[in-house]
Amino acid sequence: MSKASSISTSLMGATWRRFSRRRLAPLALGFIAFLALVCFLSPWIAPYDYKTQNLALGPVAPSAQHWFGTDLLGRDLLSRLLQGGMISISVGLIATAVALLVGVVYGIMAAEVGGRFEDLCMRFIDIVSTLPLTLIVVLATVVFGQNIWMIFLAVGGVSWLTMARIICTKTRALKNRQFLDAAVALGQSRWGIIRKHYLPNLAGTIAVYATLTVPGVMLLEAFVSFLGLGVKAPMTSWGMLIKEGADVMEQCPWLLIIPSAAFGFTLLALSFLGDGLRDAFDPRTLSE
Amino acid sequence: MIAYVFKRLVEIVPVLLLVVVATFFLAHAVPGGPFDRERPLPAEVKVKMEAYYGLDQPLPVQLLRYIKNLAQGDLGPSLKYPGWTVNEIIGSRIPVSVTVGSLSLLLAILIGIPVGVLAAARPHSWLDRVPMGFALIGICVPAFVLGPVLSLVFSSGLGWVPPCGWGNPVHLVLPVLTMGLITAAPLARLTRGELREIYNLDYIRTAQAKGLAPLRIRFVHALRNGVLPVVTYLGPAAAALVSGSFVVESLFDVPGLGRLFVTSIINRDVTLILGTTLIYAMALLVLNLVADLMKAVLDPRLARKAS
Repeated sequence: MSKASSISTSLMGATWRRFSRRRLAPLALGFIAFLALVCFLSPWIAPYDYKTQNLALGPVAPSAQHWFGTDLLGRDLLSRLLQGGMISISVGLIATAVALLVGVVYGIMAAEVGGRFEDLCMRFIDIVSTLPLTLIVVLATVVFGQNIWMIFLAVGGVSWLTMARIICTKTRALKNRQFLDAAVALGQSRWGIIRKHYLPNLAGTIAVYATLTVPGVMLLEAFVSFLGLGVKAPMTSWGMLIKEGADVMEQCPWLLIIPSAAFGFTLLALSFLGDGLRDAFDPRTLSE
Repeated sequence: MIAYVFKRLVEIVPVLLLVVVATFFLAHAVPGGPFDRERPLPAEVKVKMEAYYGLDQPLPVQLLRYIKNLAQGDLGPSLKYPGWTVNEIIGSRIPVSVTVGSLSLLLAILIGIPVGVLAAARPHSWLDRVPMGFALIGICVPAFVLGPVLSLVFSSGLGWVPPCGWGNPVHLVLPVLTMGLITAAPLARLTRGELREIYNLDYIRTAQAKGLAPLRIRFVHALRNGVLPVVTYLGPAAAALVSGSFVVESLFDVPGLGRLFVTSIINRDVTLILGTTLIYAMALLVLNLVADLMKAVLDPRLARKAS
């Protein structure tokens, strides 16, 4: 690599350098990438079919044949874990994307228009936040049925409020900065200002907040599964596996421990990733 | 100050009204009604029951009547439990959830804040790493994992407490422990992070230079400022705790508000949905106000800005 590129001062380049200098965050990123890869390749690489029952076998503890054991119906837990991970990670990613899209558009719009409109927008968020999340998610799943896409939308649809609030505050702060006056004076269009000034300056906040939203969204999906309103059997998700495991933890502790560990480690990795990104996007922490 | 509190209390009313309207239409958007059973009711019975509860009227009329009764503190009859009013049902659940919730809150504060202070005092030592490691795990472990694990250890393993039930103080242990520990984890991290920044400020250095006792600096001087964001966090957290957790209540068979709320949605018991949502919204708004007032007491500059 040439010297010039290694000292690049572009936003993404500098951020990446600060990010990769930390120990835990790149490790966490690697872990999440690996997990996502095996889960999404599970239809091809899983040792067994996740829905094939083997009632004669019943629940067996982890062994060489079944690395993570089997559940009450004799289904291989590793295969089910991978399939459940595919659902849980998809919910995490897609619902976060929904939350992000709505939150960023709403936040920037509110702050850019400003005045009474902004007050109204923020008031609306205050009121929606007073409604219990459970009500909205449960109602949505009850109304639209246990459709996986509805779960994405419902979970994402209730997770955008904080994002919108943060983006609005940040955009309002940017709006008062001198370089924005300059951009307006030079005849930059509204869309140009959003694209060239707001979005790059908000990129850090968006990235950090996105990684922090993913765990929350995954917990919400697990909660919906706990209520029995999650994906339909025989499909499964980590939340459902944990719930099934909790019901039989005394006879078959591995059915609780293994899915809980997979879920816990993923959230742990996401939180390390979030911390790493926050530090990487905030150059002030460089001096530490 | 009193004027400020009064203004905030008055502001709560229109917000609650909007919550009622929004919940009313959301609850009525659900297909199916409270009288749908596995074996359908005879059509004429259903018509009569709907007329009895006023469900045959157009929605806006129903809404107005509900609000009129609400103004007199009447939450209406339950549609699913004949002979019971929503006031009676919720009234019987509130003491349960408030007991469990406030004890959990107390436990969370008693664990979370001291742990955060100690960790911030000795950064990167075992006193910091070990408790903060647990706190990180506590954030990543949902209640429906911690609850069964605690029950496995203290009930099936050690046999100290019954696994579930209600009526005896012993039954409080597992639910309070589960909810308290899960709330303590973010509190500890929040306290630590805030105090780390405050320890770098000039007034702390001055206090040290004056020769004040380190404990006094940490718990009196630094904590008073450091606890402000913690109080902000505690407002909604306390509301969630006292209005009951569905997961914890169903794990340990506690007859609280959280379970009532979810069952009412599944039963399409519209008046009960409205009642429980209203209680939650009220708890949230009032406890946020309490949190704001506590912050004003801790930092009088905030009080001057507000009024």
